[in-house]
Amino acid sequence: MARHHIVAVVSIGVSILFAAPNQTWAQTKIGAVLSVTGPASFLGDPEKKTLEMYVEAINAKGGVNGQKLQLVIYDDGGDANNARTFATRLVEEDKIAAMVGGTTTGSTLAMIPVFEEAQIPFISLAGAVQIIEPVRKWVFKTPHTDRMACEKIFADLKHRNLTTIALISGTDAFGKSMRDQCVAVAPKFGINIAHEETYGPRDSDMTPQLTNIRNRTDVRAVVNTGFGQGPAIVTRNYRQLGITLPLYQSHGVASKQFIDLAGPAAEGVRLPAAALLVADKLPDSDPQKPVVMNYSREYQQKTGQPVSTFGGHAYDGLMILVQAMQRAKSADKAQVRDEIEKTKGYIGTGGIVNMSPTDHVGLDLSAFRMIEIKNGDWILVPDAHS
Amino acid sequence: MAEFLQFAFSGLTVGAVYALVALGFTLIYNASGVVNFAQGEFVMLGGMSTVFLALAGVPLPLAALIAVVVAVAIGLALHRFAIEPARGASAVTLIMITIGASIFLRGAAQIAFDKRFHSLPPLLGADPIRFGGAAILPQSLVVLAGAAIVVALLWGVIDRTLLGKAVIATAANRLAARLVGINTRRIVDFSFAVSAAIGAVAGILVTPITLTSYDVGTLLALKGFAGAMLGGIGSAFGAVVGGLLLGLLEAFSAGYISSNYKDAVAFLVILAVLFIMPQGLLGRVQVERV
Amino acid sequence: MSMRALLDHRLAPVAAIAVILLLLPLLFPSTYYYRIAALVFIFALASLGVNLLMGFAGQVSLGHAGFLGIGAYAVAIGATHLGAPSWLSILGGAALSGLIAFIVGRPILELKGQYLAVATLGFGLLVAIVLTNEAAWTGGPDGMSVPHLVLFGFPLHGPQVWYWIGGITFVIGAALALNLIDSPTGRALRAIHDSEVASRMLGIDVAWHKLAIFVISAIYASVAGSYLALLNELITPDVSGFLRSIELVAMVVLGGMGSVVGSLIGATLLIVLPQILTILHEYEQMVLGIVVMGFLIFLRQGIVPGIAAAFGRMRT
Repeated sequence: MARHHIVAVVSIGVSILFAAPNQTWAQTKIGAVLSVTGPASFLGDPEKKTLEMYVEAINAKGGVNGQKLQLVIYDDGGDANNARTFATRLVEEDKIAAMVGGTTTGSTLAMIPVFEEAQIPFISLAGAVQIIEPVRKWVFKTPHTDRMACEKIFADLKHRNLTTIALISGTDAFGKSMRDQCVAVAPKFGINIAHEETYGPRDSDMTPQLTNIRNRTDVRAVVNTGFGQGPAIVTRNYRQLGITLPLYQSHGVASKQFIDLAGPAAEGVRLPAAALLVADKLPDSDPQKPVVMNYSREYQQKTGQPVSTFGGHAYDGLMILVQAMQRAKSADKAQVRDEIEKTKGYIGTGGIVNMSPTDHVGLDLSAFRMIEIKNGDWILVPDAHS
Repeated sequence: MAEFLQFAFSGLTVGAVYALVALGFTLIYNASGVVNFAQGEFVMLGGMSTVFLALAGVPLPLAALIAVVVAVAIGLALHRFAIEPARGASAVTLIMITIGASIFLRGAAQIAFDKRFHSLPPLLGADPIRFGGAAILPQSLVVLAGAAIVVALLWGVIDRTLLGKAVIATAANRLAARLVGINTRRIVDFSFAVSAAIGAVAGILVTPITLTSYDVGTLLALKGFAGAMLGGIGSAFGAVVGGLLLGLLEAFSAGYISSNYKDAVAFLVILAVLFIMPQGLLGRVQVERV
Repeated sequence: MSMRALLDHRLAPVAAIAVILLLLPLLFPSTYYYRIAALVFIFALASLGVNLLMGFAGQVSLGHAGFLGIGAYAVAIGATHLGAPSWLSILGGAALSGLIAFIVGRPILELKGQYLAVATLGFGLLVAIVLTNEAAWTGGPDGMSVPHLVLFGFPLHGPQVWYWIGGITFVIGAALALNLIDSPTGRALRAIHDSEVASRMLGIDVAWHKLAIFVISAIYASVAGSYLALLNELITPDVSGFLRSIELVAMVVLGGMGSVVGSLIGATLLIVLPQILTILHEYEQMVLGIVVMGFLIFLRQGIVPGIAAAFGRMRT
């Protein structure tokens, strides 16, 4: 009875063709592969909302170079294999002019070869320093690197003379990558990481790990690298165990919601953050203030949720791309790429961006602000450098 | 000693959630032979529905009640629309159907709720109780008490009421139960409804400690299933013991061995137990009829 | 041989697949399609392994993605840390998977039903945990990059290459599987599926047979994993994750347990469907769940047996 086999097999061939390609209009297509679902949806969701909002706004004002923008978003679910498939689809089927996306480092690294080979500018929204180091011709990124976050934290620790610390990190890519960078740069600041613990990104109780840290009497401060719910739970457990050492979180905390979730335990916690988080606390003379105030207000109005730095990175990525297209006066991939690389003095949510052929992220340490939580709100800590 | 106590409290808190999920697995398995991997989604629904109803202005106790009702409704729908029509399918197919259901529920939750993390206010305040050098959150005690009450109620119903006898009969031999006039379809309905309710209550009680989001269900289902197996499928008491034990194993591994490998250690112990006692700690020895 | 006999020959499905493999590229407008088809063949290979275990021998495995990961990382580690050529790493990964399956299988396969399920689940999770944590070897959660396959001095990369390699390997694997099924070993496996006690009484060495099929299924998954790593030029630990294992089981169940062609159909469904559903944006997950449930409720034996039954009914 092989006949049904043959029928079944023939239908496979036909069905493969049903991966429906998008139609090509006379518009400038921008692709975005984001992790809207899955373990990184905490990052991907604000990114998606931001890109959609601002492409709409730009189109309402007439588009770029007289052409409307068409945003093609695919959800990779946090999976690098899917990311690569969608990247291929964007290049071959949707024929995009440029790409803003790659929520996680894994999906970004999976997609880089596709965009390098197709010679399409790719602005990544992921954090790891490996994305732009070594510099690749067509790949840029907007978020601060995790190395910068470590450097900012360690500079503050050194300033406060807390040089023996414990590190607790999430075993997810974000947490691990930042942990590796912290270990690498610690000697430069004279910081000694005396003890390390880890937790799973979906774990709900970190008291065993924190108990072990508390037992180390030489430790003077604790640094937590991770994102999502982990930092909130670590902070709560910290208070539950009555640990009074200074606690530093990372930029993975991303939004004001962290303060709500961590509750009174958040008091005194410090973290390096983009100016976006403390928009209303910035002095009026701060060049970033207008940008971050506008974005915060618009994002909150449109989505009803507090602003997230991950959304801010998407905003910066889109704006840098659009401005490059405007300067190039075309959507030609090579020209746009060159203009992205020439971005100077772009004032965004993440900082002031100055790219160069050897620097495809364009931010320096001043883009991070050290902030502290006081009375349920952020305040700016005077910079350890100044 | 203080350390040991702290780890134990941590393990019992997390273990109580696993225990309630495992209990849900066991109830449904006993009544219908189905391993319901959508069990974790009931926990998610309990927590998330309560959060969103409260955000919409509904007073908390009412929000919790509505959340449980919603979960029960979904549990019944799962039985009537997904499991019952597929009766007679192989065990693996039924498991896959429940997994399809959990994918569906997660997808719906993303749209109905959002993708962020949320919390609920704890019932007895947030100040930890100091005991023997360890600090335990009052909410942990609430969760443990809740689990104990659920188990006691369940035992009371199963052991003391006619309905309970009908459940036992259906679990033992479905055909024979129908022959003596038991409406087995209603009994399975009942078990799905109760499992959903237990899951939802677990979600509501534990959210103040563990936070909740639209995708907490997957990992919980996995761990609850493992806990149920450790205790022995078919035994409600075993499910609770298995879940608690799994939580304790994780906490002690994290504290004493390595926080990196705590899940691995927990699973290795489960595997070791199963090799020595293939029917789980308290499960019935399965006899293969020839 | 008459036409009828030709169509009913046990390797006819394999021939049909081979014909499709040869003709399909004529329909492909771009390398995106090659990539999708390559992924289909690679996952079909892995799910064929799971099918042999589940569909014929009746042993459930919720952790088979662990072998996918071992094969994938064998290629990555072989190239990066051991300087081995990729083709050797593929073989090495397969051998390692077979060995691990042999060692782990002996105790695990004594468990029954849901206990076996949780044991295999634990195995898959353990592999994923080790791959995530041993960053010095595996690159940690961000994974490792994988260099191209080089055969006889020729670098082979790109979706077209993997379409052919994956497709041909699947055809070979399917032919081997069909031969196995019709062999005395295959018949013994089906007997074991029906009743282990009865098989034992007939003199079949149940433990040995179960172990053998477990090892074979591990090797299938391992080769598929290696191909995946080489296709993507990158591998991350979630290749071994629980969701991957479930995906493989779903492919088997949807396509039809015990049907070789079913593995291909199931793989096609689960890889092509998400590509189609992208037009639904945020409703994608919901619809995917409903589609999976729908197929399983209405075609509960799987697509291929379901169609076979329909044909059977049409005949009479």
